Amino acid sequence: MRNRLLRFGQAIKLPGLSFGLAFTLTGLIIALSDSRVLAKIGSPLEFVKSAGSLVGNSYLALFQGSIFDINLTKGHSFFQGFYPLSETIVTATPLILTGLSVALAFKSGLFNIGAQGQFIFGAIGASYVGFHFHLPIGIHIVAAAVAGMALAAIWGGVVGLLKAKTGAHEVILTIMMNYIAGYFILWILKTKSFLRPGRIDPIAPEVGLNARLPLLAGDNLRIHAGIFISLAAAVFVWWLLTKTTIGFKFRTVGANSQAAKTAGISVPFVVTVTMAICGALAGLGGAVHVLGSEHALNADIAGSFGFDAITVALLGRAQPVGTVFAALLFGALRAGGRTMQSSTGVPLDIVLVTQALIVLFIAAPTFVRYIFKLKKLNSAASLTSKGWNG
Amino acid sequence: MSEIRSNIQTRRLRGVSVISLLSLVSLVFFGFTNAGKGTTTFGFVLNNEWVIIKEWVISAATGAKIFSVLALVASLVAAGAYRKKVKIIIPISVATFGIFMAFITWVAAGKFIPFTGLLQGALLLAVPLVFGSMSGLICERSGVINIAIEGQLLASAFVSGVVASLTHKTIWGLIVAPIAGAAISFLLATFAIKFSMDQVILGFVLNVLVIGLTDFLYKKLLVPYQDTWNTAPTFGHLEVPILSKIPLIGPIFFSQSIVVFIMYAIVAAITFALFKTKWGLRTRAIGEHPTAADTVGIDVNKLRFKNVMIAGLIAGVGGAYYTVGSVGAFGKEMTAGAGFIALAALIFGKWSPIGAVFAALLFGFADNLQSTLTIIGVSIPSEFMLMVPYIATIIAVTGLVGRVRAPAADGVPYLRGGAH
Repeated sequence: MRNRLLRFGQAIKLPGLSFGLAFTLTGLIIALSDSRVLAKIGSPLEFVKSAGSLVGNSYLALFQGSIFDINLTKGHSFFQGFYPLSETIVTATPLILTGLSVALAFKSGLFNIGAQGQFIFGAIGASYVGFHFHLPIGIHIVAAAVAGMALAAIWGGVVGLLKAKTGAHEVILTIMMNYIAGYFILWILKTKSFLRPGRIDPIAPEVGLNARLPLLAGDNLRIHAGIFISLAAAVFVWWLLTKTTIGFKFRTVGANSQAAKTAGISVPFVVTVTMAICGALAGLGGAVHVLGSEHALNADIAGSFGFDAITVALLGRAQPVGTVFAALLFGALRAGGRTMQSSTGVPLDIVLVTQALIVLFIAAPTFVRYIFKLKKLNSAASLTSKGWNG
Repeated sequence: MSEIRSNIQTRRLRGVSVISLLSLVSLVFFGFTNAGKGTTTFGFVLNNEWVIIKEWVISAATGAKIFSVLALVASLVAAGAYRKKVKIIIPISVATFGIFMAFITWVAAGKFIPFTGLLQGALLLAVPLVFGSMSGLICERSGVINIAIEGQLLASAFVSGVVASLTHKTIWGLIVAPIAGAAISFLLATFAIKFSMDQVILGFVLNVLVIGLTDFLYKKLLVPYQDTWNTAPTFGHLEVPILSKIPLIGPIFFSQSIVVFIMYAIVAAITFALFKTKWGLRTRAIGEHPTAADTVGIDVNKLRFKNVMIAGLIAGVGGAYYTVGSVGAFGKEMTAGAGFIALAALIFGKWSPIGAVFAALLFGFADNLQSTLTIIGVSIPSEFMLMVPYIATIIAVTGLVGRVRAPAADGVPYLRGGAH
């Protein structure tokens, strides 16, 4: 027992220290950029006090905005206090899927920066089927999600195919595809088939009632059934990678593509299929986002789900379970960041800094070991991407 | 050896086939689908340069045919070069130019194209790309992948804008910008070299860090205190006497912001230093074969660190271009992905300084063509025009240049004893 505790302690040391370091630095930035705090720089005690109260309040707001807020229970049921947690899960739901998309690519030795574009096509496909057709309940959701996934799988698969055929690097390709997708959605929202009747701003009609994912906790909370889809997708990715032959091929190519080639695995095939599946996952994210919480396609539908996905996958060490937890954490930071911004005036964008710092430290265990003068620090095999010649 | 040779020939064949096909499509599509629908006017005068031709007016259909035929002839020359197994880059470039011109003549039928302005704007848009790709070049030639160009540009644009606003002096903005670029480089070098972190991931994370930090500070300081924090003055245009009067060339190259002249100097210096000096030889050595370099007494990691820092300084000047070099005030995420385009230019240019500069100019041109055509109002939706630079990048990295080869040790941390 003691042994297991020790081992557990060792295992969470790196993430623990990384989080601590990241939140400390974020706190410093919040305090040092505030004029009211800086005005007190003359007296050290007052300075520390006001800095502490600002940072303390910010982090309290972050918690209240992401998990539970007692103030929301007044005049409502106790349950309403969990509105922030519902928001966290709503944000995390698509993030899990885009995160899995990036994570799966990592496992095959690919760096998929294209989740953003794939997400957009998933959202477009799901939205179109959602508002254009009228199908029976159940079938409509499936049809819309499949349409989104198919579009996104093509969008992702093209990258894999181009890489396999020409050797162009997927990082460059996916970045460019993101821009193209970003302009494509701006254009398609202006076309007759997507413009909502009676509107001139770029917003599509709402998807039909049969195409919406059911809410899980009543009309006051936005949490919807999409979270189960995300969790199922995580299980699917785990199963694919560890229990199937194709998953084995993915991992082999990821570990050493030369060896994989020698062993008779078709690397171009694996690259193309991986990118198509990654596209489908990110596209499902877009579909779930439209069918679950947004209901209508708009120009900013993708937000930063595709970009946050990369930090999510990195933090989750490209493991399905890790990715789910990382997405929940970042979903919490996003949801909480909004509350923090409105109640303490600290801009939401600071959570990007926190995310970046956490990933930076997690991905550089030697740095954390150096800072804290540790002799030993357990870290699972660190993630690597492939350079240009990979 | 013969395998490499035949690979090159295969690629050349692909290039020749693609360009011939495009030329033919250009002739049929641009030359014959819009026949007799007005004339296209090219304007050649921008400032007060000497005038040879003021304007050139041509029937759109005739112009498109002429340029398409030029492209076709160049394609045939390229095919001849392929059969003789020699380089095809020059005829391919001429053919590409012909197709471009045919397209412009066709799309701008009945309209006025400010030709000199189009090229001048292209150079302006290419400036940050050139600085960014030079930063990437020095890093990657030394064996360190630099995805953080975007972060370097954004951080230095921010710092230079703020400092120039606070001091009311453009020159201070230009002085501190390289320091900001170098600060990002310091993080890149420290984590990549000292802590052997994966460089692609590291670069990506640094970009997120800089975007988050500048967005945060922008909302926290620059928006509420705009009058003191975000009113950077800008450099005026420098006109080189006589040279700036040459038609076409003068206004494009010699009537520009000081940052552009610094760019000429830096590109020339890097091209010379990389291939003609001891530093250059050593830099290329540690990027290709660090173990061999180590054997002859080069401190690989020290030189890498130094070079990454230099790269940051260079990217910093490019960042200053966004604020004191052009518009003054800093805008949220104003670099808008230029760092990634710079990276693409570096790869498209096959890690050579001149190649990267030409690639950057090409991207700048595509970008400016898009905005020019949007302004004069052509029938193609502006969103598709905006996609052009990115589609061009994809075509560039997949088709025309074929399989490019990065420096052999690019992205591989160097540990003595080869334990990596």
